[in-house]
Amino acid sequence: MAKSNEPIWWSLFSAGGMVAAMIFPILIIITGILVPFGLASDDPLNFERIHTAVTQNNYVKLIFFIVITLPLFHWAHRFRFTLVDVGLKSMSTLISILCYGGAIAGTIASAIVFWNI
Amino acid sequence: MSTYHRPVSNTWWLKRKTYILFMIRELTSVFVAGYCIFLLVLVYKLTQGADAYGDFMAALKSPISVALHLITLIFVLYHTITWFNLTPKILVLYRGEERIPQGLVAGTFYVGWVVVSVIVAWLVLGA
Repeated sequence: MAKSNEPIWWSLFSAGGMVAAMIFPILIIITGILVPFGLASDDPLNFERIHTAVTQNNYVKLIFFIVITLPLFHWAHRFRFTLVDVGLKSMSTLISILCYGGAIAGTIASAIVFWNI
Repeated sequence: MSTYHRPVSNTWWLKRKTYILFMIRELTSVFVAGYCIFLLVLVYKLTQGADAYGDFMAALKSPISVALHLITLIFVLYHTITWFNLTPKILVLYRGEERIPQGLVAGTFYVGWVVVSVIVAWLVLGA
Protein backbone atom coordinates (compact mmCIF):
# COMPACT_ATOMS: atom_id res chain seq x y z
CA MET A 1 0.00 0.00 0.00
CA ALA A 2 1.26 3.43 -0.86
CA LYS A 3 2.44 5.56 2.00
CA SER A 4 -0.14 8.13 2.93
CA ASN A 5 -0.14 11.14 5.21
CA GLU A 6 -3.89 10.77 5.64
CA PRO A 7 -3.62 9.41 9.23
CA ILE A 8 -1.86 12.60 10.35
CA TRP A 9 -4.57 14.86 8.92
CA TRP A 10 -7.29 12.60 10.23
CA SER A 11 -5.81 12.63 13.76
CA LEU A 12 -5.63 16.42 13.75
CA PHE A 13 -9.18 16.59 12.33
CA SER A 14 -10.40 14.29 15.04
CA ALA A 15 -8.60 16.04 17.91
CA GLY A 16 -9.72 19.45 16.65
CA GLY A 17 -13.30 18.24 16.27
CA MET A 18 -13.30 17.05 19.87
CA VAL A 19 -11.88 20.36 21.19
CA ALA A 20 -14.49 22.33 19.24
CA ALA A 21 -17.35 20.04 20.28
CA MET A 22 -16.40 20.15 23.96
CA ILE A 23 -15.57 23.79 24.61
CA PHE A 24 -16.62 26.05 21.73
CA PRO A 25 -20.34 26.14 22.65
CA ILE A 26 -19.68 27.43 26.18
CA LEU A 27 -17.03 29.89 24.92
CA ILE A 28 -19.47 31.24 22.30
CA ILE A 29 -22.16 31.62 24.96
CA ILE A 30 -19.66 33.55 27.09
CA THR A 31 -18.32 35.92 24.41
CA GLY A 32 -21.61 36.21 22.49
CA ILE A 33 -24.27 36.35 25.20
CA LEU A 34 -23.13 36.41 28.83
CA VAL A 35 -20.45 39.11 28.54
CA PRO A 36 -22.13 41.51 26.04
CA PHE A 37 -25.42 41.43 27.94
CA GLY A 38 -23.68 41.89 31.29
CA LEU A 39 -25.02 38.59 32.62
CA ALA A 40 -21.66 37.69 34.12
CA SER A 41 -20.61 39.59 37.20
CA ASP A 42 -17.77 42.12 37.24
CA ASP A 43 -16.63 42.20 33.62
CA PRO A 44 -14.80 38.84 33.75
CA LEU A 45 -13.00 39.36 30.43
CA ASN A 46 -11.37 42.64 31.47
CA PHE A 47 -7.86 43.32 30.17
CA GLU A 48 -5.99 42.90 33.46
CA ARG A 49 -7.54 39.57 34.31
CA ILE A 50 -7.18 37.91 30.89
CA HIS A 51 -3.73 39.39 30.26
CA THR A 52 -2.51 38.09 33.61
CA ALA A 53 -4.07 34.68 33.02
CA VAL A 54 -2.40 34.27 29.63
CA THR A 55 1.01 35.75 30.45
CA GLN A 56 1.64 34.51 33.95
CA ASN A 57 1.78 30.83 33.08
CA ASN A 58 3.11 28.99 30.01
CA TYR A 59 0.69 26.10 30.47
CA VAL A 60 -2.27 28.46 30.10
CA LYS A 61 -0.64 29.88 26.98
CA LEU A 62 -0.19 26.36 25.59
CA ILE A 63 -3.84 25.49 26.30
CA PHE A 64 -5.05 28.68 24.55
CA PHE A 65 -2.75 27.89 21.62
CA ILE A 66 -4.08 24.33 21.30
CA VAL A 67 -7.71 25.46 21.63
CA ILE A 68 -7.24 27.94 18.79
CA THR A 69 -5.13 25.85 16.40
CA LEU A 70 -6.40 22.24 16.60
CA PRO A 71 -9.94 23.11 15.39
CA LEU A 72 -8.36 24.85 12.37
CA PHE A 73 -7.18 21.43 11.24
CA HIS A 74 -10.64 20.08 11.87
CA TRP A 75 -11.95 22.69 9.44
CA ALA A 76 -9.19 22.06 6.89
CA HIS A 77 -9.86 18.33 6.66
CA ARG A 78 -13.65 18.58 6.62
CA PHE A 79 -13.86 21.55 4.26
CA ARG A 80 -11.41 19.90 1.85
CA PHE A 81 -13.78 16.97 1.36
CA THR A 82 -16.82 19.24 1.26
CA LEU A 83 -15.38 21.11 -1.72
CA VAL A 84 -14.50 17.85 -3.45
CA ASP A 85 -18.03 16.56 -2.76
CA VAL A 86 -19.67 19.55 -4.43
CA GLY A 87 -17.83 18.85 -7.65
CA LEU A 88 -14.36 20.35 -7.37
CA LYS A 89 -12.68 16.95 -7.60
CA SER A 90 -10.53 18.07 -10.49
CA MET A 91 -8.90 20.67 -8.23
CA SER A 92 -8.48 18.36 -5.25
CA THR A 93 -4.71 18.87 -4.93
CA LEU A 94 -5.05 22.65 -4.94
CA ILE A 95 -7.91 22.40 -2.43
CA SER A 96 -5.80 20.26 -0.10
CA ILE A 97 -2.94 22.72 -0.28
CA LEU A 98 -5.23 25.70 0.41
CA CYS A 99 -7.09 24.01 3.29
CA TYR A 100 -4.17 22.44 5.15
CA GLY A 101 -1.99 25.42 4.19
CA GLY A 102 -4.61 27.74 5.68
CA ALA A 103 -4.63 25.77 8.93
CA ILE A 104 -0.83 25.77 9.04
CA ALA A 105 -0.76 29.52 8.34
CA GLY A 106 -3.23 30.06 11.19
CA THR A 107 -1.05 27.95 13.47
CA ILE A 108 2.04 29.98 12.59
CA ALA A 109 0.11 33.23 13.14
CA SER A 110 -1.05 31.93 16.54
CA ALA A 111 2.49 30.91 17.46
CA ILE A 112 3.73 34.42 16.64
CA VAL A 113 0.93 36.07 18.64
CA PHE A 114 1.51 33.86 21.67
CA TRP A 115 5.28 34.26 21.40
CA ASN A 116 4.96 38.05 21.49
CA ILE A 117 2.46 38.34 24.27
CA MET B 1 -6.90 2.41 -18.86
CA SER B 2 -8.99 4.34 -16.44
CA THR B 3 -12.21 3.26 -14.82
CA TYR B 4 -15.40 4.95 -15.84
CA HIS B 5 -17.03 7.14 -13.22
CA ARG B 6 -20.64 7.99 -13.72
CA PRO B 7 -20.87 11.79 -13.61
CA VAL B 8 -22.51 13.10 -10.43
CA SER B 9 -24.29 16.42 -10.51
CA ASN B 10 -22.82 19.11 -8.26
CA THR B 11 -26.16 19.54 -6.56
CA TRP B 12 -26.58 15.88 -5.54
CA TRP B 13 -26.71 16.94 -1.90
CA LEU B 14 -29.91 18.92 -2.45
CA LYS B 15 -31.83 15.82 -3.49
CA ARG B 16 -32.51 14.32 -0.08
CA LYS B 17 -32.98 15.62 3.44
CA THR B 18 -30.24 13.37 4.83
CA TYR B 19 -27.83 14.67 2.18
CA ILE B 20 -28.68 18.27 3.10
CA LEU B 21 -28.14 17.51 6.78
CA PHE B 22 -24.80 15.92 5.88
CA MET B 23 -23.80 19.09 4.02
CA ILE B 24 -24.88 21.28 6.94
CA ARG B 25 -22.76 19.11 9.24
CA GLU B 26 -19.76 19.54 6.96
CA LEU B 27 -20.34 23.32 6.81
CA THR B 28 -20.28 23.60 10.61
CA SER B 29 -16.50 23.38 10.19
CA VAL B 30 -16.52 26.84 8.58
CA PHE B 31 -18.09 28.29 11.74
CA VAL B 32 -15.61 26.38 13.89
CA ALA B 33 -12.75 27.96 11.92
CA GLY B 34 -14.43 31.37 12.12
CA TYR B 35 -14.54 31.16 15.89
CA CYS B 36 -10.86 30.10 15.96
CA ILE B 37 -10.04 33.28 14.08
CA PHE B 38 -12.17 35.30 16.50
CA LEU B 39 -10.25 33.83 19.46
CA LEU B 40 -6.93 34.51 17.75
CA VAL B 41 -7.90 38.16 17.15
CA LEU B 42 -8.93 38.41 20.82
CA VAL B 43 -5.48 37.22 21.93
CA TYR B 44 -3.81 39.47 19.36
CA LYS B 45 -5.71 42.45 20.81
CA LEU B 46 -4.34 41.48 24.22
CA THR B 47 -0.83 42.01 22.83
CA GLN B 48 -1.85 45.47 21.55
CA GLY B 49 -2.59 46.86 24.99
CA ALA B 50 -5.56 47.69 27.17
CA ASP B 51 -7.14 50.25 24.79
CA ALA B 52 -7.15 48.01 21.71
CA TYR B 53 -8.44 45.12 23.79
CA GLY B 54 -11.09 47.32 25.41
CA ASP B 55 -12.38 48.48 22.00
CA PHE B 56 -12.59 44.87 20.87
CA MET B 57 -14.53 43.91 23.99
CA ALA B 58 -16.90 46.87 23.52
CA ALA B 59 -17.57 45.68 19.96
CA LEU B 60 -18.89 42.39 21.37
CA LYS B 61 -21.99 44.37 22.38
CA SER B 62 -22.77 45.35 18.78
CA PRO B 63 -25.82 43.67 17.19
CA ILE B 64 -23.62 42.28 14.40
CA SER B 65 -21.34 40.55 16.87
CA VAL B 66 -24.27 39.13 18.84
CA ALA B 67 -25.97 37.93 15.65
CA LEU B 68 -22.77 36.29 14.35
CA HIS B 69 -22.24 34.63 17.72
CA LEU B 70 -25.79 33.25 17.75
CA ILE B 71 -25.52 31.87 14.20
CA THR B 72 -22.13 30.37 15.05
CA LEU B 73 -23.57 28.86 18.23
CA ILE B 74 -26.32 27.07 16.29
CA PHE B 75 -23.85 25.57 13.82
CA VAL B 76 -21.31 24.63 16.49
CA LEU B 77 -24.02 22.97 18.61
CA TYR B 78 -24.96 20.96 15.52
CA HIS B 79 -21.30 19.99 15.22
CA THR B 80 -21.19 18.95 18.89
CA ILE B 81 -24.33 16.80 18.67
CA THR B 82 -23.38 15.08 15.42
CA TRP B 83 -19.82 14.61 16.70
CA PHE B 84 -20.84 12.86 19.92
CA ASN B 85 -23.41 10.74 18.09
CA LEU B 86 -20.70 9.59 15.66
CA THR B 87 -18.05 8.94 18.29
CA PRO B 88 -19.31 5.45 19.32
CA LYS B 89 -19.19 4.34 15.68
CA ILE B 90 -15.46 5.09 15.60
CA LEU B 91 -14.63 4.36 19.23
CA VAL B 92 -15.72 0.73 19.46
CA LEU B 93 -15.27 -0.42 23.05
CA TYR B 94 -15.65 -3.89 24.51
CA ARG B 95 -16.25 -5.13 28.03
CA GLY B 96 -14.97 -8.68 27.78
CA GLU B 97 -16.68 -10.19 24.76
CA GLU B 98 -19.54 -7.77 24.81
CA ARG B 99 -19.57 -4.49 22.95
CA ILE B 100 -20.37 -1.51 25.14
CA PRO B 101 -23.66 -0.05 23.82
CA GLN B 102 -23.27 2.96 21.53
CA GLY B 103 -25.75 4.94 23.58
CA LEU B 104 -23.60 4.52 26.68
CA VAL B 105 -20.46 5.71 24.89
CA ALA B 106 -22.25 8.74 23.40
CA GLY B 107 -23.95 9.42 26.74
CA THR B 108 -20.58 9.48 28.48
CA PHE B 109 -19.39 12.13 26.05
CA TYR B 110 -22.53 14.21 26.61
CA VAL B 111 -22.00 14.05 30.38
CA GLY B 112 -18.33 14.94 29.84
CA TRP B 113 -19.43 17.89 27.70
CA VAL B 114 -21.62 19.26 30.51
CA VAL B 115 -18.84 18.81 33.07
CA VAL B 116 -16.24 20.48 30.80
CA SER B 117 -18.66 23.35 30.03
CA VAL B 118 -19.25 24.00 33.74
CA ILE B 119 -15.50 23.94 34.45
CA VAL B 120 -14.73 26.30 31.53
CA ALA B 121 -17.52 28.69 32.60
CA TRP B 122 -16.23 28.61 36.17
CA LEU B 123 -12.62 29.27 35.11
CA VAL B 124 -13.45 32.03 32.63
CA LEU B 125 -16.23 33.79 34.52
CA GLY B 126 -15.60 33.15 38.17
CA ALA B 127 -12.60 31.57 39.83
